[in-house]
Amino acid sequence: MTLQAEPTTAPLTHLPTYDDDAPPPVPRASLGKPSPDERFAHIGSWAAGVALAWLVTQRLLPLDGLPWFFIACFVLGTLVTAVTAAMTGGMIDVKDRVATSVVTWAAILVITAVVSTIVFVAMRGWRPAMHLNFYTQDMSGVGPKDSFESGGILHAILGSGIELGIALVITLPLGIGTAVFMTEVGGKFARIVRTVVEAMTALPSIVAGLFIYVVLIVALGFPRSGLAAALAIAVMMLPIIARAADVVLRVVPGGLREASLALGASRWRTVWYVVLPTARPGLATAVILGIARGVGETSPVLLTSGAAAFTVTGPTDGVMNSLPLFIYTNVRSGEPQAIARAFGAAFVLLALVLILFVIARLLARPRGTGPTIRARLAGALSPNRAPR
Amino acid sequence: MFAPLSETPESQQLTTIPTPAAVAEVRPRKISRKSTGGDAVFELGARAIGASVLVIIGGVGVFLAWQAYPTLERYGWSFFTESDWAPDKDVIGIAAVLVGTVSVALVAMSIAFPLSVLMALYISEYSPVRFRASLVALIDLMAAVPSIVYGLWGFFLIMPYAAELALWLQQNFGWIPIFDVENTNPDAAVWDTTRYVSSAFCAGIAVSMMVMPMACAVMRQVFSQTPPGEKEAALALGATRWGMITSVVLPFGRGGIIGGTMLGLGRALGETIAVVLIVSPAFDIKPRILEIGTSTVSSLIAGRFGEASTSQLSALLAAGFVLFMITLVINTLAAVVVNRSRSGAGTDA
Repeated sequence: MTLQAEPTTAPLTHLPTYDDDAPPPVPRASLGKPSPDERFAHIGSWAAGVALAWLVTQRLLPLDGLPWFFIACFVLGTLVTAVTAAMTGGMIDVKDRVATSVVTWAAILVITAVVSTIVFVAMRGWRPAMHLNFYTQDMSGVGPKDSFESGGILHAILGSGIELGIALVITLPLGIGTAVFMTEVGGKFARIVRTVVEAMTALPSIVAGLFIYVVLIVALGFPRSGLAAALAIAVMMLPIIARAADVVLRVVPGGLREASLALGASRWRTVWYVVLPTARPGLATAVILGIARGVGETSPVLLTSGAAAFTVTGPTDGVMNSLPLFIYTNVRSGEPQAIARAFGAAFVLLALVLILFVIARLLARPRGTGPTIRARLAGALSPNRAPR
Repeated sequence: MFAPLSETPESQQLTTIPTPAAVAEVRPRKISRKSTGGDAVFELGARAIGASVLVIIGGVGVFLAWQAYPTLERYGWSFFTESDWAPDKDVIGIAAVLVGTVSVALVAMSIAFPLSVLMALYISEYSPVRFRASLVALIDLMAAVPSIVYGLWGFFLIMPYAAELALWLQQNFGWIPIFDVENTNPDAAVWDTTRYVSSAFCAGIAVSMMVMPMACAVMRQVFSQTPPGEKEAALALGATRWGMITSVVLPFGRGGIIGGTMLGLGRALGETIAVVLIVSPAFDIKPRILEIGTSTVSSLIAGRFGEASTSQLSALLAAGFVLFMITLVINTLAAVVVNRSRSGAGTDA
């Protein structure tokens, strides 16, 4: 401390000079809640855009029809927004506003597309789906032109269930087992397996179907059957489920594994009692999304199962129908009544996928965040609930 | 180790030294890298499962290559350059179907790419926070909708509008070769609808609905991992929301954008049933995407497997193998891009 420090010259501090000719700083649009002014400019410019669109499409140019009106709304609304933004701010504000409107319109377009898909299938398919016999009968002895009072898709639903059940019995243990092997055992061999599994997720589903068709039906001479379709679905689903389960198992915190091992548990006990229970919601989601993919895939069953009009319950008893195949064959027939039936089946298939999807979402919900449905019900029903 | 303790005087001894008899009771855990007992069974079982899966799905790939080989050997390079698929005349080539496959996939991607980037940006940056989870669920649901449903949607709902749009494109941009439609008069009083439907363009729209959610999910995941500190820094320096996105979110998410797009492209190339429903098969090489008739590798397989003889099946398998190789290369590139980039640090986790 007593050492004399060498007198050094401190670097000079430069005071920023104020440029008198500089333009005044542009006040940026606030990032919080929009002010009344901004809201007025926003709503006003869109109202102007819609009015202009009406004028242009309905009165000035020969562009009638709803699609043109919406396109004109988008273009002109964005234009007016840009102009109003340019009135108060610079180029930066214009870009920001235009980007906001483009992004929002893209999101609206995507949501419209999804909703239109679901609503369109429901609208075209509700008529046959309203008849109870649609779910309790098959199509044996029913002509394509018969009314919806007779015939149904029981055989297709049963076939889909059986094929998917067999495929799941094969893929579930193998897929999750492979994922456990890749994450918990590891080693050089596991890396090879992971590479191959990831590569095979690229296998187009029709090629999986063609593979089973060539091996089982052409080379080995088995007839087309539900079993062949189930195997084709399994070949398609196995890499998907293995990969998804691998991703889920990899996010299990390493600390949990180490804690279990440090307490003296053996490795398989660690896997069985710590890793798998921790990953259970994620695994369930992976499996259910795999099922949703498998139940809707048409191309493997198109090649391997053959469309039967009657109920077949034995997987090896020859041709067996399934929901996607039923839809496909009926749409290709071109008969309006058959197409309506196909839409009914598509409606059922979509509802099935939706239900599976909701179950997957409920299972994937992490525990402990937010009250459970039961707790919420109990809270709503109790007369004097504590204020939060 | 105990030496300092034993040297302390008797009067100060407060700690008791464990007697040798007690030490003998403690048996240290045997430490071995080799697993024993249940563990050995577990490891062996896991290895067996891994090996069997490797054999099964690796076998598919090897089988395809093995079956494709005689065809590739017989037709050589003409398999890739010949456009006609006429097994009766011993003329087989996949040039036309490859062009068709690529054009359908490119139409699909040119619709799905901007939409998925913008949708991912909307979800991660623009949407109100309370809707965010629902929007993510909506995209996941979109990915779960069966492809045949999108096929129905594209065929019955979208195709009339798509044909109208195709006519408009031809009228205004017909001088660009890809928007040309042959044998039609775009300015005719009554336009010939049949020339504009069942085209690669219509199929591409339906396929774009299938690949959009896949690409969007990857991009959203990556965008949501942008470090909040960097976003806040950009905003604190006076950037607008769009300025923050272009300077922070998009550069950070570049790997995710490229990877998601390529994953979508891989799916688009292999899509079958929506294409089979919509296009009417034709085997000529043409860039005119708005014109009726095209063919993709998967629609070729779906259309021709029924009446095929053994050698024709081998040719179909060869076509399927080429398709698989293309999607494999694209998916691998996508994985590499996502993993290499900075934003890929946590995409798997």
